[in-house]
Amino acid sequence: MIQLRGVAKSYAGRPVVGPLDLTIEAGEFVALLGGSGSGKTTTLKMINRLITPDAGEIVVEGGAAGESADHLRRRIGYVFQEIGLFPHMTVGENIACGPRLARWEKARIAARTADLLSLVDLPAESSSRMPGALSGGQRQRVGVARALAAGPAIMLMDEPFGALDPITRDALGRDYRALHERLGLTTVMVTHDVLEALLLADRVVVLGAGAILADGPPGDLIAGHPDPAVQALMETPRRQARRVEALRAGSAHG
Amino acid sequence: MDERFAAAARLLPGYLAQHVLLSLCALVLGFAISLPLAVAASRSAAVRWPSLFAASLIQTIPSLALLALFYPLLLALSSLSRAWFGIGFPALGFAPSLIALTLYSMLPMLRNGVAGILGVDAAAVEAARGMGMTGAQRLFRVELPLAAPVIMAGVRTAAVWTIGAATLATSVGQTSLGNYIFAGLQTENWALVLFGCAAAAILALAADQLLGLIESGLAARRAWRIWLGAAGLVAGAAIALAPLAVPAAAGAYVIGAKNFSEQYILAALVSRRLEAAGARVTLKEDLGSATAYRALAAGEIDAYIDYTGTLWTNTLGRKDNPGRAAVLATLTGALKRRDGVVVLGPLGFENAYALAMRADRARGLGIADLNDLAAHAPALAFGSDLEFLSRPEWAALEKAYGLKFRKQTSYQPTFMYRALVDGEADVISAFSSDGRIAAEHLTVLADPKGAIPPYDAVILVSPRRAHDRRLIAALRPLIGAIPVTAMRAANYSVDRDHDKLTPAQAAANLGARLPQ
Repeated sequence: MIQLRGVAKSYAGRPVVGPLDLTIEAGEFVALLGGSGSGKTTTLKMINRLITPDAGEIVVEGGAAGESADHLRRRIGYVFQEIGLFPHMTVGENIACGPRLARWEKARIAARTADLLSLVDLPAESSSRMPGALSGGQRQRVGVARALAAGPAIMLMDEPFGALDPITRDALGRDYRALHERLGLTTVMVTHDVLEALLLADRVVVLGAGAILADGPPGDLIAGHPDPAVQALMETPRRQARRVEALRAGSAHG
Repeated sequence: MDERFAAAARLLPGYLAQHVLLSLCALVLGFAISLPLAVAASRSAAVRWPSLFAASLIQTIPSLALLALFYPLLLALSSLSRAWFGIGFPALGFAPSLIALTLYSMLPMLRNGVAGILGVDAAAVEAARGMGMTGAQRLFRVELPLAAPVIMAGVRTAAVWTIGAATLATSVGQTSLGNYIFAGLQTENWALVLFGCAAAAILALAADQLLGLIESGLAARRAWRIWLGAAGLVAGAAIALAPLAVPAAAGAYVIGAKNFSEQYILAALVSRRLEAAGARVTLKEDLGSATAYRALAAGEIDAYIDYTGTLWTNTLGRKDNPGRAAVLATLTGALKRRDGVVVLGPLGFENAYALAMRADRARGLGIADLNDLAAHAPALAFGSDLEFLSRPEWAALEKAYGLKFRKQTSYQPTFMYRALVDGEADVISAFSSDGRIAAEHLTVLADPKGAIPPYDAVILVSPRRAHDRRLIAALRPLIGAIPVTAMRAANYSVDRDHDKLTPAQAAANLGARLPQ
């Protein structure tokens, strides 16, 4: 369970987030949805203390009292759009980073690396390749594998598939959702893509100007919401689908 | 092979070893300081700007001046430490050279270190933070490996600079490949200058190529290139340093010399005599006037030849001229009392500062002495050696005769004579024992007012060797044994343009003419 209580952050006197309260239960897949400047990335990075809140309290269940930020981060997987694979290490060495920090034995690390490659659907021989030789989709698969390597219960993802082409993005999204189920993870994913949020998450939290505008299962939100901004946002995919459908119909009749 | 090249080549192992040792120590020390500083500077702008500014500032100081500045500083520190802890350390030679070159090497390493670390892909750093690496883990596993090629490029630049600048260490008494260049410049032995330049350049080029191999290996992640470059560096350094592994015989005598031909010849003569007596000798050449005396007083050199007038004005600060015998007697007493330095005795010739003109020109203008010169001075150009214009002798001459020249220019002694012959200078500050005075048909202008004190060449012995029988026995026969004609001939044999001898050869000739 992750609990944010009265969490607030401002930059140079300009409030970016909150005060904000949010509780995420173990096993949930939560999407933080919003446009740029909505405070979604800041909120996510406060959970693993990459950003320190100005006020409020964040509790990530499972840690010892007085846990350091480094130790907190070692039990939370973190994936972001730029991926940040280490270019001087092979794919295998990249994946092994977390387990090495946790001082696993060599044999265990090797076995884990092989498992993870198959888990993210990469061939075993890619272990010895350099990140520069991979495609964007393959690189993000490695990014996910690296984040999962030390066996975290929680995954934080910041626009993880944002830089990928639509087909790769769809495939990777679905693959990750399956992993989430299989490994019993708690996932918090930041996205500005309504469709991605609706199709992947169990629960969508819509943020605007650092406050929660809506919070609920995708089905509920799409059925209608009193906030007109949320309503408009939820309408977008359907409106686009209708326009695509019209194109197809027009083409069929023409 | 030309005898001059052969003589130069024989000196190479010793010079190269010292040069490599000095450059290597300076680079290693510079790197050891620069890298942590670069890390700190990459973390904090409050460290970054001051440290880069300081490193740039050091770079703007001419390297020769930087080297020279550390001598008095270390000398003061050494005497403080001697006073407080009873332990002094040598202020001449290795220590000041090492400090100056270390500082000099830092800018490229610091600048590239900062640029390299700050230039590491921000996403890689965020990933490292996100997975819970500590600051140190991030530094050693991600930032430094990724910045390594840029850092190595800085090391390369620093290596080339340092190896080049190390030639200047000769001027503070540290043997280096610069000994060729300084000695060659003084004796107009261009073969020697060329040899020194080429040796330093080849060394710098080799280091640059090997470091470049490591740099490209780091950039392309090719371990074999890194190992090959490193192995080349280690092997090269080991070969170059090998001569140092031969232990120097304890109690080797250190003979000093200032930076002109006569000094080289006399130092070589003293060395020959000591070696003939079975002693080991090291030469410290190209010392400045004041440096040489202080080094002797501090026991860093054991003996050298100086001139009574120089000691009289510079060391004792006297402005009067009580006559030859009185100057020598006063000096002998005063230096012994004050510094424990022994004035062993005069060699028998004088090397006085004197003003000289081309004989034809002097005759044409009707100038025979300095009184005549003063009348013509406003129309004449004066060429001096590098230190004359700042010496008290010049002040005394200026005052006594009211000399005011149209133009005053300082030259390296060699070029000063050239300027006189070419007509670029009408009057020069000459030395009375200089072989070129007779050879170039110069007239030495008389000093009727006795403004310049006598300059008898005297042997000085350091306090700690004051009772060294072997040294004294080897030196004593030189007293009164060298007439000015013999010294002029020896100087000319080294300074002339054709059939030049090395100072060692000239010393051998001079030695052969001494009474045994």
